[in-house]
Amino acid sequence: MGISNYQMSSVIALLPEVGLLVLAGVVLTMDVLLKDNRKHLIAVTTAVGSLLIILAALMYSQPSGDLIWGGMVRDDMLAFVFRLAFIFAGGITAMFSIGSKDLAHRGDYYAIMLGAVIGMCFMASAADLIMLYLAIETTGIAGYLLAGYVRTDDRSAEAGLKYFLFGAATSAVMLYGFSLLYGFTGETNLSAIAPILASGTVSVSAICAIVVLILVGVGFKIAVVPFHFWAPDVYEGAPSPVTGFISTASKTAGFAVLLRVFIYGLAASEYWLPAMAVLAAVTMTFGNLVALAQTNIKRLLAYSSVAHAGYALVAFVAYSELGVASVIFYLIAYVVTNLAAFGVVIVFAHTAGTDDIQQYAGMSRRSPYLALAMLVAFLSLAGMPPLAGFFAKFYVFAAAVKADMIWLAFVGVLNAIVGLYYYLVVLKVVYVSPAPDGAGSIDIPATCKIALVVLSLGIILMGTASSPWFNWAMKAAQDLF
Amino acid sequence: MYMGFPILSVITLTPVTFSLVLFLFPADKKKEIRLTALVAASITFALTIVAYFGYDMETAGYQFVEKYNWVESLGISYYVGVDGISLPMVLLTGMVIFTGVLISWGIDDRPREFFAFLFLLASGVFGVFVALDLFHLFFFYEIAVFPMYLLIAIWGWKVTREYAAMKLTLYLFIGSVLALVGMLAMYFVSGLGTFDMIALQEVQFSMQFQKLWFPFVFFGFAVLAGIFPFHNWSPVGHVAAPTAVSMFHAGVLMKLGAFAALRVGVMLLPDGARFWLPLIVFLALTNVVYGAFVAMKQRDLKYVIGYSSVSHMGLVTLGVATLNPQGITGAGLQMFSHGVMTALFFACVGVVYDRAHTRDIPSLGGFAGKLPWVTVAFIIGGFVSMGMPGFSGFVAELPIMLGLWSAGTVSSEYFIAPYYTWIVMISVIAIAITASYILRVVQQVFFGKMPTEFEGHITHSSGKDKIAIVLLAAVLVLLGVFPGWMAPLISSGAESVMAVIGGI
Repeated sequence: MGISNYQMSSVIALLPEVGLLVLAGVVLTMDVLLKDNRKHLIAVTTAVGSLLIILAALMYSQPSGDLIWGGMVRDDMLAFVFRLAFIFAGGITAMFSIGSKDLAHRGDYYAIMLGAVIGMCFMASAADLIMLYLAIETTGIAGYLLAGYVRTDDRSAEAGLKYFLFGAATSAVMLYGFSLLYGFTGETNLSAIAPILASGTVSVSAICAIVVLILVGVGFKIAVVPFHFWAPDVYEGAPSPVTGFISTASKTAGFAVLLRVFIYGLAASEYWLPAMAVLAAVTMTFGNLVALAQTNIKRLLAYSSVAHAGYALVAFVAYSELGVASVIFYLIAYVVTNLAAFGVVIVFAHTAGTDDIQQYAGMSRRSPYLALAMLVAFLSLAGMPPLAGFFAKFYVFAAAVKADMIWLAFVGVLNAIVGLYYYLVVLKVVYVSPAPDGAGSIDIPATCKIALVVLSLGIILMGTASSPWFNWAMKAAQDLF
Repeated sequence: MYMGFPILSVITLTPVTFSLVLFLFPADKKKEIRLTALVAASITFALTIVAYFGYDMETAGYQFVEKYNWVESLGISYYVGVDGISLPMVLLTGMVIFTGVLISWGIDDRPREFFAFLFLLASGVFGVFVALDLFHLFFFYEIAVFPMYLLIAIWGWKVTREYAAMKLTLYLFIGSVLALVGMLAMYFVSGLGTFDMIALQEVQFSMQFQKLWFPFVFFGFAVLAGIFPFHNWSPVGHVAAPTAVSMFHAGVLMKLGAFAALRVGVMLLPDGARFWLPLIVFLALTNVVYGAFVAMKQRDLKYVIGYSSVSHMGLVTLGVATLNPQGITGAGLQMFSHGVMTALFFACVGVVYDRAHTRDIPSLGGFAGKLPWVTVAFIIGGFVSMGMPGFSGFVAELPIMLGLWSAGTVSSEYFIAPYYTWIVMISVIAIAITASYILRVVQQVFFGKMPTEFEGHITHSSGKDKIAIVLLAAVLVLLGVFPGWMAPLISSGAESVMAVIGGI
């Protein structure tokens, strides 16, 4: 008899997760075996391993669209695209971690990060409430550890604790929402829950309560107003590579859950759309306005990432195939762009030892290419062509206009102007202000250089040859409807 | 395609390709960087000349068309082609990038970055002028806007550059995103699922839709044309920008706004244009008169030219707002003539400023002795700007006035029809005011006695400056004496615009 074809394909569908687990094991072993002066190989192994996993997944694990493993996991395009993005983010973060002296040579750090990536992968593919909750907790706990990883640094410890307290509280609230959902429908599988809600047997007030409770947990992950309070402190305190990772991969994983639960699971209940539209508008506006006043680059990026969650929500409330495709495209573009932005922050701090924006003065003379990478990343965040962020914003606003939410599109474009302003202010410091006396050139570690080149090219590629990426996002979106 | 050669794509992409190439040079190889920039600019300029004279006047319409799918699922395509309106603009851009590089030879602070950003800007400008797809147009429009920020903020006049650069960027960006929402509305309401402008101009949008969205699209782009009351960024930006960027900004970018407002606003939403026409005419007239009066009061040489641009761009908008073939032909000619003229003015001012280190008109004087070429060129520019016959300004302004006059006779049911005579008279008076401030500048800066502080250290203009200035001045005279090499072309373009919008 042996393993039947069905089971074999189920195993292959989880190839990326299995690969990540193996990689985590290899990394831990290397940590024990390697001498201290060779431990930078751990980061390289993590990055190369991630790349191999992505290639293997592209070759062997093309999604079937089925529910597998007893309905725990849905092997669809949506999950596939997001999982590749998480693994990519993990690999890039490993390369950037070389630029942080607290993290570069710690094998367990890379293993925990890979654990977080595994959790995110399951967040994207889970189709059952139980699996979903386990995945969210796996990601969360790994994230708390990463944020507080540098125990000797008070701010890192504070970041870890804060992240943990907020995370634990919100996920408990979300769990209550899950339990209500189970209580009212008698099902834990989202594919079974959707038709029951659609049949109208569950009262509207119950659904509203469920939506609000779940939104607390998801809102924490994606850092939308009013669940964003943890973000600036955690972003500032956590080691920069971790901040880059949390602000991109973890936020994207939150959006994967949002799409899965709200569109696939709660499809029938559109009561929450107007409320979400307001949430999107408030999130964009708040994030951008507060970002204006920041003097620390990590806090600036923290508030800007709150704003970016708002833009993605705009496309989400458009509630259409185009809208979901725009959310996915936006997030992929955002992952690539924001990782590049944090890469620059890490490299700069590696030499200058500070995250103060004023200290970036004269960077374009100290290192023209690093300044160019920053220009590309920040202009992409601002939504300028020919960069990824331009197409991302364009698709988002197109989705909003198509859904006849002109007011939201206007709030969005006006916010884009506020965003442009503060990104330009930073670039002004980099390009116009004179360098402080005695500031020499900036040393860029080799892995960071490679990562920045890859990300910059990726940003330009997504901003010019946007079609293949968008078609991918479109396919993923079609899986949900 | 021009004889199987994708000439418009090559024109659009040559500058941006070279801006990447420049980054391969080490920063301290300044001489090589400048030479490469000059090579790139020369290639681009040569190609625009080839395209200009390769255009077949007999068949007219859109030529050298290329179309490729860009984002197929949304009907976005890379779609380029030129007609009688856009082709002169392409030539103008080629000319300004070539002369701009010559004028910028002396830039010593990070020339690599300077030329790279300037070329990125040039690619954006070309992309807009050749666009036949709405998305394509918007994409390149944004590329043309943001390098301005860096060019002004880094290499501009230290006193106001940061303020001016940010003001300019925010004004233009606000305008363009408002236009974007309007363009998206057109895309979805048309139901065609394409951004192809040729297809969209066939669509009959409802009157209500056109009335609502026309102002967003038209004024969104017209901000860049410096339309009153959104003109404020423009003189401030001109003054703060380094010479080549001022040339680009006043010479080409403001045309970009007028061109996009015509191409997207008027041609896709003609009923909206007719509805909003009185307001546009009023604002454009304000531009003409107000710009001229403010220019008269300035002490800073660059502010004079900056406000004269605001005034002259008002004539372009007036020409467009006639919605008849003479007026639009005049607007097209004025865009070209004014582009060359302001490029020339700013080049001259740049040469003077580089030597005197001041632009304060009363403290200058007697530069004709040291800078005879610049003086003659500036006077030619002055004649153009006051509409003297024999110079391109006359060739451009006459059809605009004729167009305005005939707009008054044709559209008798229109409530502003009786006032067109007055509009013509007021515009002509404004041109007379132009003469007063230009002559004052010529007299005070170039003639009279040179103040003692300048004596001895005012050097002659360099050979490269002369080439740039002579080229621009020659074009102005050439167009004034033989309008035949451009006027029929623009007129054919105006006819095809009229075929789309169908008159008042």
